[in-house]
Amino acid sequence: MKLLIKNGRVICPVQNIDDKKDVIVEDGIIKDIVTGTVNEKDFDKVIDAGGMVVAPGLVDMHVHLREPGHEGAETIATGTLAGASGGYTTLACMPNTHPVNDNPYVTAYIKTKAKEEGVIKVYPIGSITVGQAGEQLAEIGEMLKAGIVAVSDDGSCVMNSYVMRKAMDYCKQFNIPVIDHCEDTNLKGEGVMNEGYYSMKLGLRGVPAVSEEIMVSRDIALSDHTGCKTHIAHVSCAGSVRVISDAKQAGIPVTAEVTPHHLFLTEEAVTTYDPNTKVNPPLRTEKDIKALKQGLKNGTIDCIATDHAPHSMEKKDIEFQLSKSGMIGLETALSLCLKLVHDNDINLPTLIKLMSTNPAKILGVKGGSLKKGEPADIVIFDLNEEWTYSDDKIISKSKNTPFKGQKMRGKVKHTICDGKIVWQS
Amino acid sequence: MKGFERKHLLSTEDLSKEEIMDIMNTARRFRDLMGKGHEVIPTMHGKIVVLMFFEPSTRTRSSFEIAAKRLGAETIDFSSIKSATTKGETLIDTAKNLEAMNPHAFVIRHSNSGAPYLLTKIQSIPVVNAGDGFHEHPTQALLDLMTIMDYKGEVSKLKVLIVGDIAHSRVARSNIYSLKTMGATVSVCGPATMLPPDIQKLGVRTYTDLKSALPEQDVVMMLRIQAERGGINNQFPTVREYSRHWGLNNNSVKLLKHDAIVMHPGPMNRGVEISQAVADSERSVILPQVTNGVAVRMAILHKVTNGKNIEEVI
Repeated sequence: MKLLIKNGRVICPVQNIDDKKDVIVEDGIIKDIVTGTVNEKDFDKVIDAGGMVVAPGLVDMHVHLREPGHEGAETIATGTLAGASGGYTTLACMPNTHPVNDNPYVTAYIKTKAKEEGVIKVYPIGSITVGQAGEQLAEIGEMLKAGIVAVSDDGSCVMNSYVMRKAMDYCKQFNIPVIDHCEDTNLKGEGVMNEGYYSMKLGLRGVPAVSEEIMVSRDIALSDHTGCKTHIAHVSCAGSVRVISDAKQAGIPVTAEVTPHHLFLTEEAVTTYDPNTKVNPPLRTEKDIKALKQGLKNGTIDCIATDHAPHSMEKKDIEFQLSKSGMIGLETALSLCLKLVHDNDINLPTLIKLMSTNPAKILGVKGGSLKKGEPADIVIFDLNEEWTYSDDKIISKSKNTPFKGQKMRGKVKHTICDGKIVWQS
Repeated sequence: MKGFERKHLLSTEDLSKEEIMDIMNTARRFRDLMGKGHEVIPTMHGKIVVLMFFEPSTRTRSSFEIAAKRLGAETIDFSSIKSATTKGETLIDTAKNLEAMNPHAFVIRHSNSGAPYLLTKIQSIPVVNAGDGFHEHPTQALLDLMTIMDYKGEVSKLKVLIVGDIAHSRVARSNIYSLKTMGATVSVCGPATMLPPDIQKLGVRTYTDLKSALPEQDVVMMLRIQAERGGINNQFPTVREYSRHWGLNNNSVKLLKHDAIVMHPGPMNRGVEISQAVADSERSVILPQVTNGVAVRMAILHKVTNGKNIEEVI
């Protein structure tokens, strides 16, 4: 099978390419990137990408695919299709399934299901501790053999610093990152939104930014102490950006991600008590958004991850306090983040790096590159096409997103995984 | 001049001065008529009010029930539903089931801030907020305002101090909004642990020292302290310490102007936030607050259900 993608603006951060070129794919592999004359008759399929951007398929290192256990909210089949529609070719899924992915059997189940039903690549992330309870280390070595690429107790923070220290000591020998959901649960208390003006007005319990900052600081100190690669999930506030920046300057092996919703929504979105605006960590303030964008610009924050968190209506469309935290994000991430490019915050190759090359690198997986010989994981998108996200367009099994009705600029046209077209619109 | 013509009463935050005055005038009219011996003013004859109290309440529930009955309406009491109703489905399902029986108004008290808003989204019957979490308690603020006007007249000239757990008080929030709208100068006082972040942005002055806050006030509103909060959440060290620093007692009350009035939304912890002697003193307008509560709630129920013209039914 030979595929030609012609006339596109080809971007490959790894090779520093940003030019009008043709991409040649053969048997699922990038065969070549060429300029000039190619005989279309030599190909089984030709995609004219004139006016489009051709880039490495996006990599999301933080999603919840909900299988096994919460198939009512999402499955590997629906979640990967949602990902493909958003331009993703690789997802790493968090272990808070039911049962928890804290053993090689659940890891193997996810791998098998992904192979059978997934339309794009899925890498499981194992839990740090048994049942994500923060007490006893899970069988990380066994899970690694079964296919995990990192560990995390995402959704909960490993509060016990001794346990976290041991987890880092242990993971360093395997050279895999420990990903932490940084949140001091005592400081968080029963908080459901950012602590500040709006929590005061709405009468909702607040989650102070310091509850995140204190754990980011702890993890950085432990990373420094153990030498283990540490990744800070969904950074939401200015204070965290500051300590991560300091840590990087000190040479500590820390990386960090930010979600699109923390970049484009503030706590003000909660004023209607819409449970779709309830996320953990909570939506913060303009000041935090400014710091997060600055962090993306100067390299303090390494990547953009969605924290795609599907929840069924039964769990979501209730009182704000009782509803689950999280929103879906795979289908809107690229369109939302292209705003950073349209607003001249960052350039397009940098965005591709943040959404593809860097997360692949952090996880140590294939992807994020259009180099000769790499898997043909490619996204083709229109930088400027306008569209409106709406209920009937949602691919995910769950519809919990506050971005419904929002006008988007930039649209995925083709997603190609291992040379196969898995999405086109 | 536009009066109160809303379908729901959810908050005082967005009420205009005209709307508030319309409610005040209607409440006074009801109170006058009752004073003249009209025990029932049946503008809501044949209508049904559902009282949905998902949180324990004696006085607010009774006040709404008496208000509805004095308007000739029937009430259905759902307060017997125990707080096992912390499940959202229960609220939504209960509301939808009740809606299907075509009552004329819902009065809701719920421990979750925003619950009355959820009700307005999922069903079409008028909703009156009888207190949601620590968000708002609009009828309390309106009855407080009516009482303040009774005793102190023009509100725009007044200084009002609210003392206690401001962070967790729906009474404080609703009062701040309505008093500010009427032009009063509002201050709040409490231990720093109980003053929520950014409260100043509502246009109030904050005090942590009660003694420096009391002089010059025309109205002092003491909030109920939930004694168990001290021990559990470290909001303050002990009830003793709270009482000595932020309680209105026989000593601190001397700092008040001679004609200042003392209010309390109830139920009181006598000897904690307010001493026995102060609660029963001449300054205390606590029982008139309760009486005005019925009149204000009559006005609200009458208005949200489009009750018949008062003159036609008396």
